This record gives sequence, structure tokens and C-alpha cells, in this order.
Amino acid sequence: MPSQCSDNAAVCVADVSKTFRYSREAVHTLKERALHPLRRRPQEEIHALRSVGLEVGQGEFFGIVGRNGSGKSTLMKCIAGIYATDDGQIHLRGRLAPFIELGVGFNPELTARDNVSINAIMLGLTPAQARDRYDSIIEFAELEEFQDLKLKNYSSGMQVRLAFGVMVHVEADILLIDEVLAVGDVAFQQKCHDALQTARDEGRTILLVTHDMNAVQRFCDRAVLLEAGRVMELGEPRSVCRRYEQLNFQRPKEERGALPAHLGDGAAAIGETWFEDEHGTRTAMITHDAGCAIGMRVQFREAVEDPVFGAVVTDERHRVVFAATSASSEPRSGAFAAGQEVTVRLRFHNVLASGRYFASPQVAYSGTGQRLMDHRENAATTVVTGGRQGAGTIDLPHTVEITAATTAGDEAARA
Amino acid sequence: MTGEALYEVRGPSALAGDWRRSLDLAVMLAYTDWKLRFFGSVLGYFWSLLRPLLLFAVLYLVFSQVVDVGGDVKDYPVQLLIGVILFTFWGEVTGGSVTSVVDREALVRKIAFPRAVIPLSVALGAAFNLFLNLLVLGAFLAIAGVEPQWTWILVPFPLLFLVLFAVGVSLMLSSLYVSFRDVQPIWEVILQALFYATPVIYPIEVLAGKNESLSHVALMNPIATVIQETRHFVLGDDTPSAVDAIGDPALLLVPLFIVVGAAIAGYVIFDRLAPRVAERL
Repeated sequence: MPSQCSDNAAVCVADVSKTFRYSREAVHTLKERALHPLRRRPQEEIHALRSVGLEVGQGEFFGIVGRNGSGKSTLMKCIAGIYATDDGQIHLRGRLAPFIELGVGFNPELTARDNVSINAIMLGLTPAQARDRYDSIIEFAELEEFQDLKLKNYSSGMQVRLAFGVMVHVEADILLIDEVLAVGDVAFQQKCHDALQTARDEGRTILLVTHDMNAVQRFCDRAVLLEAGRVMELGEPRSVCRRYEQLNFQRPKEERGALPAHLGDGAAAIGETWFEDEHGTRTAMITHDAGCAIGMRVQFREAVEDPVFGAVVTDERHRVVFAATSASSEPRSGAFAAGQEVTVRLRFHNVLASGRYFASPQVAYSGTGQRLMDHRENAATTVVTGGRQGAGTIDLPHTVEITAATTAGDEAARA
Repeated sequence: MTGEALYEVRGPSALAGDWRRSLDLAVMLAYTDWKLRFFGSVLGYFWSLLRPLLLFAVLYLVFSQVVDVGGDVKDYPVQLLIGVILFTFWGEVTGGSVTSVVDREALVRKIAFPRAVIPLSVALGAAFNLFLNLLVLGAFLAIAGVEPQWTWILVPFPLLFLVLFAVGVSLMLSSLYVSFRDVQPIWEVILQALFYATPVIYPIEVLAGKNESLSHVALMNPIATVIQETRHFVLGDDTPSAVDAIGDPALLLVPLFIVVGAAIAGYVIFDRLAPRVAERL
């Protein structure tokens, strides 16, 4: 047993490197080979992983984040045994689900029934186990009425549900999951989250690749940030996410689009911004007709007195729905020293109609709230669920009363 | 769980790992292929079974009625049918496996499993067809009034030899195709040439009557050896065995070496490719 792995490690990645070599012009025919036997093809090297080391304990929920092309999927494929590593070792303890994506082997021409058994056998079940679990897989996917339909007639959401259903029925101690949480409707997402929670409660180890920082903070015990094939940060999800967001903000302007990252003179800097529910849990979904809050972390770079904290909430069409500041409720918000960090929560009762909303937090000097220290456009987003169907932007508590008017015709009928 | 031992992830291989899972996978892939190919056509599978029989009927008409190849060779129709069935199997395994690994790209890139399972599943599917065709052969023997021989129970042995040869070659072809796409047309031509180089249409006795040493050379081809030995086991002593027909028993070492060599080379080549195939596709 390698000495660098601890006793309760489920996944132990030691110093792993992986380089892809691509010929710039691929030689695909013997003729080309025969005509130019000695010519060396120009080769391009892509260092997908450079000495990556990390360890995931048994029963841990571990997040892997990073920008596109940072090596997340390559790392997963190396752990899954799909790619051979160039250097370093990977050790596992327990049974690994040998796949990284949902629905591998699904064939559009076959029925759900066939596809479930194909997929389940691919993922390591025996044919007998696949048959035994079929009913509960279909039940999980809520596809009882469609079992004998060809997969090509399924909506993409239905396909994903089926695939996720198979995945949670696979017997494995270690699950590798690459970007799957953002599928299906809200109810099914919740179901997936619950299934992952159950898997974790059962002591399974889960490695999750995602771009969804809310999911990382919500589920993961620890996380790693990869950048250009290297481990950039490893540890607490909150700090990993913060680092990831910083990394994204550093990207050149043209990549980020036309929206200004910040306005203001920089006397204060807004860090992360989030929505949370009434229990203070950060969430990507808030429920209609319940308490919620917009949270932000602010760091002062200069000493400031009585700053005004605020946020503007806009809907998908960038219409301002409402704006809240501390100016009216907390005109004397206090004195803050340079370097001091505060967390601000704007609590409100959620009467927003169902849909997606954005929050743009800001910190301004006391007074009218017009002189900005920092402002972050659309720094947090949330989806409001559970509102009634309606056309408005807000969904105020209301009742409808119907009284029939007494007319001559009615009286005639009664008589 | 803490008690379990740590084990190293070694990356993909040709065959290493849980053989039970490899078998399940191979069966499942073969079954899926089969189901997809004949999906929606009522007689689809029936036709595919009929293919060797139709080929046999055409060849029989041409080479016994138009051109008299069979001559006075005993049981020419049965000999021809055996040859056609076995060569069809050989063609199905090798021809079908050339593009198999590349065609299964989606699986290879997404799941870890012993890579040789893919060409093996092609062989498995072809073996199933071979089995059904042998049942047809049995019916044909009954109709033709061939007397049952005790040697019929020996038929599986030359067949295993053929399976080994076909699998070895398909391991080679499917891994070469990943880097060289013209393996496919080349192999089509070679298969065609092999069909005529192998005593399928013409019985070995006819060739031996014209040019004895050429018939010895023809039998060094493992497919020919297998077909001849199968004919001998099915039809009894009237049809020469491979040993009799090749002249010197020592010459039989040639097809033996070819088969064993192809199997080893196939495995070695495929095993070298296996760890990298996911990134080369």
C-alpha cells in the first residue's frame, strides 16, 4: 500500500499527470504513411493534468470545479480507468462505478426496457440484478407509462431521468458524476438531490464535477479547484468557490460580455453574493410566499462610516422588480475599518412570481446612496418556485370572491 | 468498508478485469447489435440466416449445372454447404470487427471495460449465427440422406480452431483500423481473394487431381484446413481429412503456427492499443 494514502481514503490520487499528443494533421491512411515514412508529424501536446494530488475520504462528498478545459473531466476519466495516466498513481478502496456520464450506451432505436438493461450492465450490474431493479428504476424515473416506447420518442428530460434512475441503482461505493444536476424540472432536480443525499448517507463516496457553485456549497464536504491541469485550491467548498469566482472575474473583458463587472470607487469590495431561504441555507431556488434573503460579503478597503448597503432585484427581462437599501432602516450602519469584512443580509418576504431573478448588490456612501463604492451586476441568481400561474412579476396574496348578480332573468327562472 | 484494501487503477486494458462482467458485456453488445439489425423487419433475421443458403444455392447451380466443378466427387452439395457456412462465419467475424471499436466510440470514451470485449462481441454474434446455420446443415444432411457418423461429435474441434483464428485476426484488424482507416477496403479485397483461394467452391480432391502440390499449399491456409477437417468429420472416410489431403502431416504445423501466431499477435497488438484507444478515437 502506498504510504501517502491515509487509512480511510476511498480515492487517492498521487502526482498524476496526463498529456495528450495530437498530430496536427492526422495520418489516417496507409498511403500517406507509405509516401512519407520518415516524416515526423508536427505534434501538439496538451497537458491536461500536471502532478495532481488529492485524496477523498470514504463517505465524502467531494466537488471538482474549474473552468472549461481545466482538466476536470480528464481527472475523472483517469480515476474511472478510461484513460491511462502518464505519471503518478491512482488508488481506490471499494467498488467504483466505471462511468462518468449518464445514459452511456443508450440507443434511440430501442425501448426504455432494453436501454435500462444495457445501461445497467454497462455500469456493472449483472443481467439478473438489472432485471430485479428494473421496476424500481422505472418508478424512480417516473416513466411507468412509457416503458415500451422507443427512446428516440422520449424528451431529453425523460432520457435523463431514466439515466439518473439507473445510476442511483448501481451498486458502487464510489460514484463519479460529471455535470448532471442541472437537468429536469424542479421536482426532479430535488429528487436527484435527495438521491445523492441518500447515497452519501449510505456511506458512498461521491465525486461531483460541476460549474454550479451553489451545488458545491450545498452538498460538498470538500472541493478542489483545477486550473490548467493543476490543483489551485483544495479544501473547504466556500473558499474553493470564492477562488473559482475570482478566477472567472479575472478573465478578459470580451469573454465576459458587455456587462460591467463593477462600478464604484473601490473603497469597498463585494465578494460573493447569494440567495438564501428562511433557514439561512444558500439555495438556487427560493419558495414563493416564504421568507428569504439576499446575502453579500463586503470587505472594506478604506475606513468608511455609515455606508448604505443595497441590492436591486431584476427579472429575466432586466426589469427592476424592487430595490432595497439599508438607508431607510439602518441610516447609521456603523463605522468600518479598512480590511474589515462584513456579511449583509437583506431579508424580505418573497412575493415574487415564479421565474428567474437576479440580484445586483451595491455599497454606497451615506446620503442619497448614489456615490458607489462597489456594485456587481447580476452577481446572484435564483429561481422562484411555487407561485401561482399568472402574468405578473409579483404574486401578491389575494383572494377572489364571486357573487352572482341578481337579474330579471334569474328571478323569472326562480319563479 | 475501512477494512477493504486499496487497489491501483491501472487504466484500460485488452482483457484484464472481472471476466464475468466482460462476458455479460459481450453478450449484451452482441444481443443489442442483433436486435438493432433486425428491428422492424419480420423476416429480417430469417433472411440473414438464409444468406449462406442462398449463396450456396447460387454456387451450387452454377458450379454443378453450368460448370461442372464437383465432377464425380461424392457429396459435392454437402461439401459446398459446409464450405459456405464456415467461410461466412469467418467473413462475418473478421469483416464485422474491423470498424467495431471505432463504431463503439461513445462507449469507449465514457466507460472503463476491457476493450477486447468489443471485437469479441462481434465473434459471439457470428458464432450464434454459425450455430443456427449448423442446425440447417443438420436438416440438409437428413434430406440428402447422409449416414450419421460418430465423428460428428468431433466437429466442434476444427470450429474452435477457426474461432481462435478469426478472433486473433479481428483483434488485429480492429486495432489497426483505429489508426489506419483504409484497413477496411483492403480487408474487403483480401476476404474476396481468400474466398477463391480457399477450397470452398471446388473440393480439394478436384484441385489435387489437377495439381497435387498446389492442393498442399492451399491446405496450409487455416480456413481450408478447418473446412476440410469438418467435411471429413461430417461425411466420413469417403472425404479425405486435412492430414490425408495435405500429404505430409508435418505440413499441418503451418496452419497451426498461423493460427497460434495470429492469436498471439492479435492479442499483443490489441493490448498495446487498449490503454490509449479512448484518446485516439
